[in-house]
Amino acid sequence: MQISTSWLAEWVDFGNDVPALGHALTMAGLEIEGITPAAPAISGVVVAEVRHVQRHPDAEKLNVCRVFDGEQEWQIVCGAANVRAGLKAPLARIGAELPGGLKIKAAKLRGIESSGMLCSAKELGLGEDVPGLLELPDSAVPGQDIVRALMLDDRILAVNLTPNRGDCMSMLGVAREVATVRNTQLCMSAPAKVESALQDIFPVRLNAGTACPKFLSRVIRGIRPGARSPLWLRERLRRAGLRPISAVVDVTNYVMLELGQPMHAYDVRNLDGAIIVRHATPAEKLTLLDGREIELQADVLVIADMAGPLGLAGVMGGAASGISDETAEVLLEVAYFSPSAIAGRGRRYGLVTDASQRFERGVDPHLQERAIERATELLLEIAGGYAGPVSAIKLDGWQEPEHREIHLRHARVNRVLGMSVDETELVGSLERLGMRVSEAGKGEWRVRPPSWRFDIAIEEDLIEEVVRIHGYDKVAGRDALVSQVITPATETRIAAERLADLLAARGYQEAVTYSFVDPALQQVLFPQAAALVIKNPISAELAVMRLSLWPGLVQALRENQRRQQPRVRLFELGRGFSAEHGTETELVAGLAAGSRLPEQWGEPTTAIDFYDVKADVEALLRLTGDADSFRFEAGAHPALHPGQTARIVRSGRPVGWLGTLHPERVRALGLTYAAIVFELEVESALAAIVPEAVEISKFPGIRRDLAVIVSEEITFDAITSAARRSAGSLLKDVTAFDVYRGQGIDKGKKSMALALNLQDTSRTLTDSEADAIVTRVVEHLGSELGAKIRDK
Amino acid sequence: MSESADLNALIAQARSEIDQCVDLAVLDLIRVRLLGKKGEITERLQALGAMDPDTRRAAGATINAAKEQIAAALSERKDALEAQDLAERLAKDSLDVSLPGRGQPPGGLHPVTRARRRIEQIFRQAGFIVADGPEIEDDWHNFEALNIPADHPARAMHDTFYFPDGRLLRTHTSPVQIRAMQTQSPPLKIISPGRVYRCDSDMTHTPMFHQVEGLVVDEGISFANLKAALQSFLQAFFEASVSIRLRPSYFPFTEPSAEFDISCVACSGQGCRVCKQTGWLEVGGCGMVHPNVLRAVNIDPEKYTGYAFGMGVERLAMLRYKVGDIRLYFENDLRFLRQFA
Repeated sequence: MQISTSWLAEWVDFGNDVPALGHALTMAGLEIEGITPAAPAISGVVVAEVRHVQRHPDAEKLNVCRVFDGEQEWQIVCGAANVRAGLKAPLARIGAELPGGLKIKAAKLRGIESSGMLCSAKELGLGEDVPGLLELPDSAVPGQDIVRALMLDDRILAVNLTPNRGDCMSMLGVAREVATVRNTQLCMSAPAKVESALQDIFPVRLNAGTACPKFLSRVIRGIRPGARSPLWLRERLRRAGLRPISAVVDVTNYVMLELGQPMHAYDVRNLDGAIIVRHATPAEKLTLLDGREIELQADVLVIADMAGPLGLAGVMGGAASGISDETAEVLLEVAYFSPSAIAGRGRRYGLVTDASQRFERGVDPHLQERAIERATELLLEIAGGYAGPVSAIKLDGWQEPEHREIHLRHARVNRVLGMSVDETELVGSLERLGMRVSEAGKGEWRVRPPSWRFDIAIEEDLIEEVVRIHGYDKVAGRDALVSQVITPATETRIAAERLADLLAARGYQEAVTYSFVDPALQQVLFPQAAALVIKNPISAELAVMRLSLWPGLVQALRENQRRQQPRVRLFELGRGFSAEHGTETELVAGLAAGSRLPEQWGEPTTAIDFYDVKADVEALLRLTGDADSFRFEAGAHPALHPGQTARIVRSGRPVGWLGTLHPERVRALGLTYAAIVFELEVESALAAIVPEAVEISKFPGIRRDLAVIVSEEITFDAITSAARRSAGSLLKDVTAFDVYRGQGIDKGKKSMALALNLQDTSRTLTDSEADAIVTRVVEHLGSELGAKIRDK
Repeated sequence: MSESADLNALIAQARSEIDQCVDLAVLDLIRVRLLGKKGEITERLQALGAMDPDTRRAAGATINAAKEQIAAALSERKDALEAQDLAERLAKDSLDVSLPGRGQPPGGLHPVTRARRRIEQIFRQAGFIVADGPEIEDDWHNFEALNIPADHPARAMHDTFYFPDGRLLRTHTSPVQIRAMQTQSPPLKIISPGRVYRCDSDMTHTPMFHQVEGLVVDEGISFANLKAALQSFLQAFFEASVSIRLRPSYFPFTEPSAEFDISCVACSGQGCRVCKQTGWLEVGGCGMVHPNVLRAVNIDPEKYTGYAFGMGVERLAMLRYKVGDIRLYFENDLRFLRQFA
């Protein structure tokens, strides 16, 4: 909200220090986001009177004028259509400086001397984009500096109002707040009262119960059609951020800005029979002022006539009944709506209006009489006309509601704030805020909030008011004395920090990607899976929830490849979201692309492969202390190379994937080179066991090497488990130290060189025992897997 | 030629050969030739057996003395040659220590993670427990339980992403606090860090960001305690004696409510571009837990009071690590990320 300080000064004396006022308001909860001048810097512009106008001899659209600046007459060439003798307008004299740094010099226009420039509003930086010269009122005094004449020496406070302070959405409200904070008086003029000159009353029926219990209206006839508001009023609207439209609309807006009461004006000729305030019938349609047609629901309040809805009550008027330049007869509407009847209705149709913001936060139920009189007064002054009597329709038996009394305890105030508040100050602050305070025992009060405050309902609300006026900055911080609580700590889950640190130590850079991804990209990687769709995504590229961290990482890879990064290693910790199960799962995923190592002097540059990344995954799994529970099984995943895909299985349960991106996906995604990716479910894959130490053998072990030839499809896993089964518990470890294909080995076969490490914990093994084990292993591998010993 | 003269000549020649020898293997041949089983000195000692005792004694002493001299010379030369040999080998094996090490450099943590860990660490020291909850929430946990009913104007402060079934992406981590209060009874002392989502994207907003919220509920918790906690935390986080300022504000779930600012860390509150000349930087929101919120989770607000606060991790990281643009966090440009070890 924008508050003109010169306007505010008419309501409350705040001294001259605007920044100090801004600070005081900020510290009272009305955050001032900025203080800006009402107009850009202007110098050398004065009020001038056009005395004589004559067509330029050589230019059809130019006039040669004689203009009086309070001291002398000047010859000015002017192209504005509205220039005429007798007009008062701003004159930028020679040497004047206009917004944007334009300096006025003597000039010749089509051969005629011009000693200055008559100005439009826009040329003075006043925003209003109206063609022609800015017309000043007849009362303007030639020679007066325009800055003074237009009161441009004004500063605008930009207030960021919190949603609870609807009462401050007006000059009256802010002034009241300033008076409270500064402990000074509000300069409230006596309410206007316009006697009626007509008998006309327009019938109004209230059919919406307490949603609209009070409705004031007034007929005004004989206003000048197309009347425009005077400059001072247009300026005040402009400084509040509103656009002047017509006298009638401007007046309703002005009263809203001044008092906080939204109002509406109808062209009486467009009204059919009577005004009816009612709830919409389902699927009823309404065309709004902005031309949009909306379909209404039954809990939406409308203002209707006999023919149908005229407007969305408290939100926006309709197109059919609005004010036009032909309007001469007006019906003013000033209603009180229950906040709950308006709240959220506008937003449903994407409408947040000046009216809806005020009504849904609450408008003082005593304000309507004052507002309708004020509007009448202004309208008659500006556009002429004759007013009928104020018609005040109220629901039977309804009275302006009073807020409930709140019980306030001094002890509670002190306990919640952690400080001791002086009793006199406490009561004084509340009274300054317009609350009625009565004693209810020692150190206890009954407090009734004023009718304009809709945010004070419980004791804590009063406590906030007390400390707000006292000053948040005057509360001294104090450390809390808290209960001693020691909470369970588990060792069976690996902290996310450890996962991240391990991957970072292994050369991966952590990425953080959005949880919503491009559906097209995700589709390439997961063609069969259904993703959760966001109803109102920020863009089509961020429209579905990720199933996996891969889409985000692949996207990051693509971006980095575009930035010519030759080697990318990324990981992310985050959640995947399944549409099928409606679940979110904590995941850790990684991606590596480019060379195995950065290019360097001591190592050849080779491309990273499956086994490099597998080592990183194995390192993660080792953190569980339970590495033996994992298996890497050949699997199929639409994103991955069919021959380089491992499903990671823990004790029979799938917990993750490792593989090379499918070459077709690499092409479809526009990646410049392939990547190896992995992903693990944190909870299942990385549940840890608490280590239990076992005895270390004091006796030497024996190593026996064995090279076996097997078919390609026989896996290392199959060979080692067969070896373990046949060797028994003395076989401590089996490693593969070579895998060979090629000369000497038949096609479709491979040779695998194994090292068997044998050891007993209670004695030294003999060579013959070792030989016996190896023999068993060889026989078993032969019978079970068709393995043959490779000749030396 | 007398026996002794002969021996002296032998010694002299041996010395000369030993001194000139430059090879350990040759030196060993010399040793064998002189002192080995059939060596010249050894043979002379063997020849003593045939002599009469007196002559033998005298000659024996002389030959033994010669043997010792030669052995000493051999040993000395051997040491010298070995030392030289070692020196040569060391010289040959010396490296250019300025060449980079083999292998790969470590990666690093994302700056948001780095800041979040720091925040968590500071609060953990003070006895806070880190709590977690779902990112897809229902309306009740994200709004209703936090005293934000359906048509409340405060909903406009939260541009919310919705799913067709009515669920939503949490707009703050406050639902985690609700869940904690539902399952545990006071005293409670938790922080809830995590991803949050708002349907908002421009120069200074990203549709996803991270928050850390804190909650303390116990008997006798006060607004003064909140102020002290924030002050201590921010001093610890910035490792500087920052001032803190609380301004009245409005959140439906706290009462009294405040926004908290710190004195600008770039200019120490003097006024600069970072703080838009105000000397203050907005950090987050806070307040005393609203009694309606406590009631919604069956905690008696007469017995217990609590404070809560929330702040943006990206914001704190921007101030701490001088990141100029929030959007950089989610572009994952390696050149940006590598600046944060």
